[in-house]
Amino acid sequence: MEAMIDVIHLRKRFGIHNAVDDISFSVKQGEVLGFLGPNGAGKSTTMKMITGFLAPTEGTARVCGDDILQDPVKVKAAIGYLPEGAPAYGEMTPKSYLQFIAEIRGFRGTELNQRVNNAIEKVNLQGVIHQPIETLSKGFKRRVGLAQAILHDPPVLIMDEPTDGLDPNQKHEVRELIRAMAQNKAIVVSTHILEEVSAVCTRAIIIAQGKLLFDGTPDELAALSTLHNAVSVTLRGADANGIKSQLRSLPDVAKVNEISSENGSLCLQIIPRDGIPVIKEIGHLAKTNNWELDELHVETGYLDEVFRRITTESKAVSPKEILT
Amino acid sequence: MSHVLAIFKRELKNYFATPVAMIFIIIFLALTGVFTFYIGGFYERGQADLQPFFAYHPWLYLFLIPAISMRLWAEERKSGTIEMLMTLPLSISQAVLGKYLAAWCFTAIALALTFPIWITVNYLGDPDNAVIVASYIGSLLLAGAYLAVGSCISAITKNQVIAFVISVVICFGFILSGFHIVLDFFRAWAPQTIVTAISSLSFLTHFNAMEKGVIDLRDVIYFVSFIGCWLFANVILVELKKAD
Repeated sequence: MEAMIDVIHLRKRFGIHNAVDDISFSVKQGEVLGFLGPNGAGKSTTMKMITGFLAPTEGTARVCGDDILQDPVKVKAAIGYLPEGAPAYGEMTPKSYLQFIAEIRGFRGTELNQRVNNAIEKVNLQGVIHQPIETLSKGFKRRVGLAQAILHDPPVLIMDEPTDGLDPNQKHEVRELIRAMAQNKAIVVSTHILEEVSAVCTRAIIIAQGKLLFDGTPDELAALSTLHNAVSVTLRGADANGIKSQLRSLPDVAKVNEISSENGSLCLQIIPRDGIPVIKEIGHLAKTNNWELDELHVETGYLDEVFRRITTESKAVSPKEILT
Repeated sequence: MSHVLAIFKRELKNYFATPVAMIFIIIFLALTGVFTFYIGGFYERGQADLQPFFAYHPWLYLFLIPAISMRLWAEERKSGTIEMLMTLPLSISQAVLGKYLAAWCFTAIALALTFPIWITVNYLGDPDNAVIVASYIGSLLLAGAYLAVGSCISAITKNQVIAFVISVVICFGFILSGFHIVLDFFRAWAPQTIVTAISSLSFLTHFNAMEKGVIDLRDVIYFVSFIGCWLFANVILVELKKAD
């Protein structure tokens, strides 16, 4: 399938500092791309360049086949954009604000009203459409921004921290909305909440200090964790040292950590070599030795651990490299 | 064009959605009254014309117009809505033009509301209404020139107070450049052509002619090209400063 967003060697320099340093990636229809990175990593700057707010120092991007430098107005028409903090004209009501946006987007008459009403319904703004935006709560303000971004049913949706500062219910609603729209759009969402990536994204990109460090699926990202495919076991009333040495003797086990041993209940964490699944072997071992198991489960890996490692080391990692 | 219209409508509505419009119009009308009747001596002159009314417009506009124009871009940049506006499918020149025309239309409304003075002078005497129409056109062009300066300056800062002060100073310069005191200063050492050039840049030189009822094409061209230049600079400044 044709890529809807094509970012080609994008670079933005502020003074001598490279805010975005030679970033390339592409997003296809149906993909929800999670844009990860610590604060100040260049996430917003990249989004601002794709949406045509900032001019890149070098490189370019194509949205639906149109170049952002050669055809900025056409590109802007194809994008729905929620800037960070969802700025809107405070003295306007959501209704008049959305009507204004719809008019600029080229809608007229009944279609304009229909679009506005649709957008209001989709983000649940019905209760506040006649109140000035500046009097609304943070959650409602964000929804006004979302309504504005999806009003023209754009093929490309770019959202800068859409759930930042929202309560858990509102976060859930926004994620549901993104998931519902994902099928026929290309969506880019920036965030620093890692659970969000596994919740809504089909792909994740990590950037730090302007450089692209990771590009792969959330599962591939989790696989980079040292705890990927690690096994946690809790068992009862047994000879701890014997069990540990037995586990260590398994061919693919790298390390056995004792998490706790209280009241005759022993909790162990078994870390495999290179993330190779070892649960089967451990299960087999438990069966033959008649261990009294309370709990046995596989860890998928901790995203925040991976995130911290990638962004502090600032070294690019390839998911393929690790998987093979 | 439809984009310009959309921006224009939003901006114009915005003036009336806030107390800005009400306060501006009341103060404008009150001050024109004060200037015309007390300082200009409308009755004492015993002449059926609106000369004392129009003569003070350059000075009134000097403070009132920058108060309107200061928010045009500064507010947009301060609140971050400029990011919204600049990522909508329209060009910067359309946005600049839409905002400018809305502000101009607003001052035209305020100016139109001075019509009671026109009725008064017609009731009291038999003025030359053609001169009055020419003066109104001159006054509107003058307001447009102030606004173009103000709109442009508003784009260089996020701070409305700074935008106001700088606009006032620049407009003041364009008034002063027609005064003898200023021109004499240049006459002492500069060649005549430069002195003429400076004096021909003044608002007053061009406004005074229109105020007397003469609509000279050169004066109209002066105002139109003056506005055009400042708006062109405005577009460039928005492009340069939008993301700062």
